[in-house]
Amino acid sequence: MLGIIRQKVGSAGFPASIVGQALQRVRPTAFASRNYSTAAKEMTVRDALNSALDEEMSADPKVFLMGEEVGEYQGAYKISKGLLEKYGPERVLDTPITEAGFAGIGVGAAYYGLRPVVEFMTFNFSMQAIDHIINSAAKSNYMSAGQLSVPIVFRGPNGAAAGVGAQHSQCYAAWYGSCPGLKVLAPYSSEDARGLLKAAIRDPDPVVFLENELLYGESFPVSAEALDSSFVLPIGKAKIEREGKDVTITAFSKMVGYALKAADILAKEGISAEIINLRSIRPLDRSTINASVWKTNRLVTVEEGFPQHGVGAEICMSVIEESFGYLDAPVERIAGADVPMPYAANLERMAVPQVEDIVRAAKRACYRSVPMAAAA
Amino acid sequence: MGFLGKLNHSFLGFHQRNSSLVSPIDESYRNAVVVLNNAMALFSVRCSESTLAEAQRDSRYDEHENQILDFPGGQVTFTSEMRFISESPEKRTKCYQVLDDNGRPILGTSFQPLSKEFAVRMYSNMVTLQTMDTIFYEAQRQGRISFYVTSNGEEAINIASAAALTFDDVVLPQYREPGVLLWRGFTLQEFANQCFGNKGDNGKGRQMPIHYGSKKLNYFTVSSTIATQLPQAVGAAYSLKMDSKDACVITYFGDGGTSEGDFHAALNFAAVMGAPVIFICRNNGWAISTPTSEQFRSDGIVVRGQAYGVRSIRVDGNDALAVYTAVQTAREMAISEHRPILIEALTYRVGHHSTSDDSTKYRPVDEIEHWRMARDPVTRFRKWVEWNGWWSDEDESELRSSARKQILHAIQVAEKVEKPPLSDLFTDVYDHLPSNLLEQERLLRETIKRHPQDYPPEVPM
Repeated sequence: MLGIIRQKVGSAGFPASIVGQALQRVRPTAFASRNYSTAAKEMTVRDALNSALDEEMSADPKVFLMGEEVGEYQGAYKISKGLLEKYGPERVLDTPITEAGFAGIGVGAAYYGLRPVVEFMTFNFSMQAIDHIINSAAKSNYMSAGQLSVPIVFRGPNGAAAGVGAQHSQCYAAWYGSCPGLKVLAPYSSEDARGLLKAAIRDPDPVVFLENELLYGESFPVSAEALDSSFVLPIGKAKIEREGKDVTITAFSKMVGYALKAADILAKEGISAEIINLRSIRPLDRSTINASVWKTNRLVTVEEGFPQHGVGAEICMSVIEESFGYLDAPVERIAGADVPMPYAANLERMAVPQVEDIVRAAKRACYRSVPMAAAA
Repeated sequence: MGFLGKLNHSFLGFHQRNSSLVSPIDESYRNAVVVLNNAMALFSVRCSESTLAEAQRDSRYDEHENQILDFPGGQVTFTSEMRFISESPEKRTKCYQVLDDNGRPILGTSFQPLSKEFAVRMYSNMVTLQTMDTIFYEAQRQGRISFYVTSNGEEAINIASAAALTFDDVVLPQYREPGVLLWRGFTLQEFANQCFGNKGDNGKGRQMPIHYGSKKLNYFTVSSTIATQLPQAVGAAYSLKMDSKDACVITYFGDGGTSEGDFHAALNFAAVMGAPVIFICRNNGWAISTPTSEQFRSDGIVVRGQAYGVRSIRVDGNDALAVYTAVQTAREMAISEHRPILIEALTYRVGHHSTSDDSTKYRPVDEIEHWRMARDPVTRFRKWVEWNGWWSDEDESELRSSARKQILHAIQVAEKVEKPPLSDLFTDVYDHLPSNLLEQERLLRETIKRHPQDYPPEVPM
């Protein structure tokens, strides 16, 4: 699997060693921006998800996992490692290759009262099942007037990986985020992954849980509280990863890491950026975003997905509706290129946002750079 | 004894044992051929002694000297004859039938015996369903409801299959099975309330007419999408199995629905998972205007069962007793053996696809009339019930007029009941009302208060 980043953290200031092919963007000062102490426990996102699944399956016998390769293979990305051995084939089901089939089966099991966790090998394949996700899962509680509730979780990697081409790289946050009846979550760190997955499994509504393949191998510090089996994060609350006062930058999933790096670069130029990790695409935490804009008066939205009808467009509109008077500059939107994802590494790099794009957008919002397009 | 010595011995032995056969010349020729074949087989195996062990490991020979090989998935016997399996069988799969057109049990048939009460109850439900369909259809034509779907011609499938189940069995319908709800106790008033989308609708006015559902009666709410209920049924059945419940799932679909990918996924999965689910296909010949000849080229639906490893049967869908017996047997098999069963019920869609359809545009009127009159399942069952001495003409006219009165009354009442309150626009999107919807509701109420003339007056606030 290309592009897995593993960061080993040493004491502050010491350059990390990086394992695997990757984007070598880590600079020593990057670690100073992370709030951790050298004694904190570290956990990869993969282990975070695995432990969350394990704990929820152990706590509630109705929870079961279903998907391609989740059992014997230990999960296409090893997220379900060890679960088949521990819980047996009745609770960890290897399915035949039909996303539409097993999504529908999951919904049927949820109608009956079980709590399925349906894994898509990537959310690109969820399009095969999107009728069941939208028309069966999202809308059933409403259409049946509360008689058919669907406590199901659809999870899997979302968005671009590295060198996997157009049909394996699309971000579905905006697609699922537009549908009432669904909850859509996008974790970034291991703490996000643990808390949000546990919350998703316990939630009585259908949840789309968008992970990221490149983040699976990344390690983050986790607090003792986060390691507790009762730890959940609230759905619908964003997290302010880094406080600032000059410009608000919203991001989700992998882009949070990029935004944090951009914030370091901006800090050196005297621009203090506030980074908001959305965590929840639907419901969107409009109050946190708007409160931040009231403070900074400038907004940059960052996402990996296609720009048209994207998450950034919704955030921009929300801010215009509630905080127009507070804006001192037009909202800047950073998104992926409006093309199917190319394969060649150089082209792929141009098609997804990079840290430099975020830095330039923040500077534009602060009127600290020449505008990209000539004004009329 | 040497190799050839052994041959001679067996040859002689055979010759001596069979002295009563035809002329010695014929016999010896036949024997020689047999013996020579055996010899060659033995000889060829002995020749490759070095690979003997390897050959014996994964290939054997059956009694006709055909090689058998262990492929992943099981043993397969080879043949040297290249033969394609025909695209259509010589004979179509036979259809299980109990009653003839005159309602008499066919000689030699076997079926589940019914008590008088039960048979009369079945018949009454069939008549009520038929009457309800007629009156609701007329109500739509009069503009009193927006839409309706009849089950004309499929009353036996509806009622007889429902009667063969218990109330614990979970039903996932398509949309032409209101009879199952009727059997379980859904009242005529409840049917009318859903069609009018009023406050009494337990669907809170959220869906078009005929999208009934009742958690209490284990009947999952109708959803318009075709065949999506099939994999859902498998999921529900799997859950029943995990709970070790003495119940199964039954799911209905039409001939058209079998073209959906969900049909394939559901049958495949059900067989692999051993899910206790009964798949009932109402093959009524038409998917709106598409006849079965344009829907598939297989011998109906029943032959597909074996392709997935699912036990299947073809049944006369207009024969209430045949449907009843088949479904009851299928239920026992599904629950005790943890397997899916496929039942293809052959019938005819006498009515239009829905009130938005005029089927005389694509099929001959006399075809419709023939099925309506000569092959009516209600009449056929009535003849059987009467033949048993359990029903009379007076009972008939009383039942029909009473049903008609009740349904008309239910419609009159439903028409006057007020619509669901405004708050029902926003509830049940999620388990708990989220803050953004509370906000939207507040804004909406404010707007209506400020501009009441722009909003319909009969929506209760």
